[in-house]
Amino acid sequence: MTEIFGIPIQAFAGQLLIGLINGSFYAMLSLGLAVIFGLLNIINFTHGAQYMMGAFAAWMLLDRLGIGYWWSLLLAPIAIGALGIVIERTMLSRLYQLDHLYGLLLTFGLALVIQGLFTNEFGSSGQPYRLPPEFSGAFNLGFMFLPKYRAWVVVASLIVCLSTWYVIERTKLGSYLRAATENPTVVQAFGVNVPRMITLTYGIGVGLAALAGVMAAPIYQVSPQMGANLIIVVFAVVVIGGMGSIMGSIVTGFGLGVIEGLTKVFYPEASNTVIFVIMVIVLLIRPAGLFGKEK
Amino acid sequence: MGPHDVTATASAASSARVAVTRADETSARTFRIATLAMTIALAVAPWVGVYPVFLMKALCFALFACAFNLLVGYAGLLSFGHAMFFGTAGYVTAYAAKVWGLSPELAILTGAAASTALGIVTGALAIRRQGIYFAMITLAMAQMIFFFYLQAPFTGGEDGIQSVPRGRLFGFLDLSRPMTMYYVVLAIFLAGFLFVRRVIHSPFGQVLKAIRENEPRAISLGYDADRYKLIAFVLSAALSGVAGATKAIVFQLASLTDVQWQMSGEVVLMTLLGGMGTVFGPVVGAFTIISLEHFLAERGQWVTVITGAIFVVCVLAFRRGIVGELSAWWAKRRA
Repeated sequence: MTEIFGIPIQAFAGQLLIGLINGSFYAMLSLGLAVIFGLLNIINFTHGAQYMMGAFAAWMLLDRLGIGYWWSLLLAPIAIGALGIVIERTMLSRLYQLDHLYGLLLTFGLALVIQGLFTNEFGSSGQPYRLPPEFSGAFNLGFMFLPKYRAWVVVASLIVCLSTWYVIERTKLGSYLRAATENPTVVQAFGVNVPRMITLTYGIGVGLAALAGVMAAPIYQVSPQMGANLIIVVFAVVVIGGMGSIMGSIVTGFGLGVIEGLTKVFYPEASNTVIFVIMVIVLLIRPAGLFGKEK
Repeated sequence: MGPHDVTATASAASSARVAVTRADETSARTFRIATLAMTIALAVAPWVGVYPVFLMKALCFALFACAFNLLVGYAGLLSFGHAMFFGTAGYVTAYAAKVWGLSPELAILTGAAASTALGIVTGALAIRRQGIYFAMITLAMAQMIFFFYLQAPFTGGEDGIQSVPRGRLFGFLDLSRPMTMYYVVLAIFLAGFLFVRRVIHSPFGQVLKAIRENEPRAISLGYDADRYKLIAFVLSAALSGVAGATKAIVFQLASLTDVQWQMSGEVVLMTLLGGMGTVFGPVVGAFTIISLEHFLAERGQWVTVITGAIFVVCVLAFRRGIVGELSAWWAKRRA
């Protein structure tokens, strides 16, 4: 078997893999957006910029301090997450009583500021991030070569997504979080410090974006623009999935990544737009999104 | 929607929305005086040393922002994809004037018709969701349109459609003369500006405001909210189209810049800075931002940083915008 629907299997599997990789990032980013939205009622437009900062943090740690990939996986999300907490405390927390759209406008402005500052500092061309030596090489699957790092990204992001799901849906802490999403006033009356929970949730959501950024650094060029276009696609993913369910975000993210990859095989001209087209179809058939609840 | 959402919405209505409503309560007399002053100022501006091309650019954006304000300020719908209407009209107008050889007035009409049609399709889809989703959907659809223009052969890709002829308006007004072009742009802007004012003070505009304030109640009173929202969306798209079409004729260029998401963000900023839901706000916002970009043109990415910072400051401290804050201050002083 060397062909599927008249397409050489190498090309097919190659695009499928790229789709899975992109899907990993869609899933991780839309997951973070959904968690933040659940508690803060804010769509975090800065998410793309925070993903980009995660990638830059990894690059700077390696380039300036010689700290490698594994430490970056830990340090970059902590640093960017802490920055997120500062943003939440100083700015976002003033907006909770207002129309939700102000949160979108504020985070959009922040995204512009961050992107502009990074472009000033590093220029708009990308910086390559050296692949850690453990990951050089590829697995030979018989019909294709699977680069080790790409396999790692798919597996790692699945682990991250599923652990997040587990924490939110199956632990005590997660139950507080879900309860506060439904009704913060009552949860606060039970003695849970809801404002602190909101702050930490934003920090963790931002940390997830930064983690995705670190994982993306060896695959894509580390550039100030890397998050801007991605975030718009992730918005479409969020509209398609609906933000009601954590598992829904994960499934939609991976699923759309694969569909986008396969579109590159069968009809390359549409590969940039296919996710948006799917969004339009979903809006026609099920406006609340595949996993969303009609409010 | 949990019970806390009801209280959150109620408090949002009382604190945030107030900022939008009060400001447009300018009396008809104040409006007439201010409009007259603005018209005179704009009419003499090129004679006292202001560069006409700069003024024309600002006027096109002012009209674009007025069109955007009709939707966000009076229907309460925040679109993050308005560049698709601005840019579409630009491309179609440029193509019609250059390739089909249409006269400027017909080219502008064709461009505006194209963005109206796009507005009907995208509006019907986008109003199926509200609030934050509406913003994300319009942004995503604009991005789809952007990729379409990036790949479509007739747009010239990265180069855009260049050296579009300005032609003769109605066959006798030679638009290649800068002053003629300027007054035509001024006339188009004023017509659009007065049209927006007329719409928001019509019964239709009152219903829009009712829907913005409390959609379920407007529906229970028998208004077909979706129909009103769609009409507002299409009107806004059409006027944004006129603005984009005029810009294409003025600059003799249609390019990807006008359909990018940054452009959608820019018109949001102009309206927010000037004052959402105020008649003059978008004009003030557009002139402020265009001047800022003009003076910072050499500074590259600092424009993005400063633009972003203005967003942040406006949202945190200045939600009524320049005109909104001024009229609130004026009302307070008189009270």
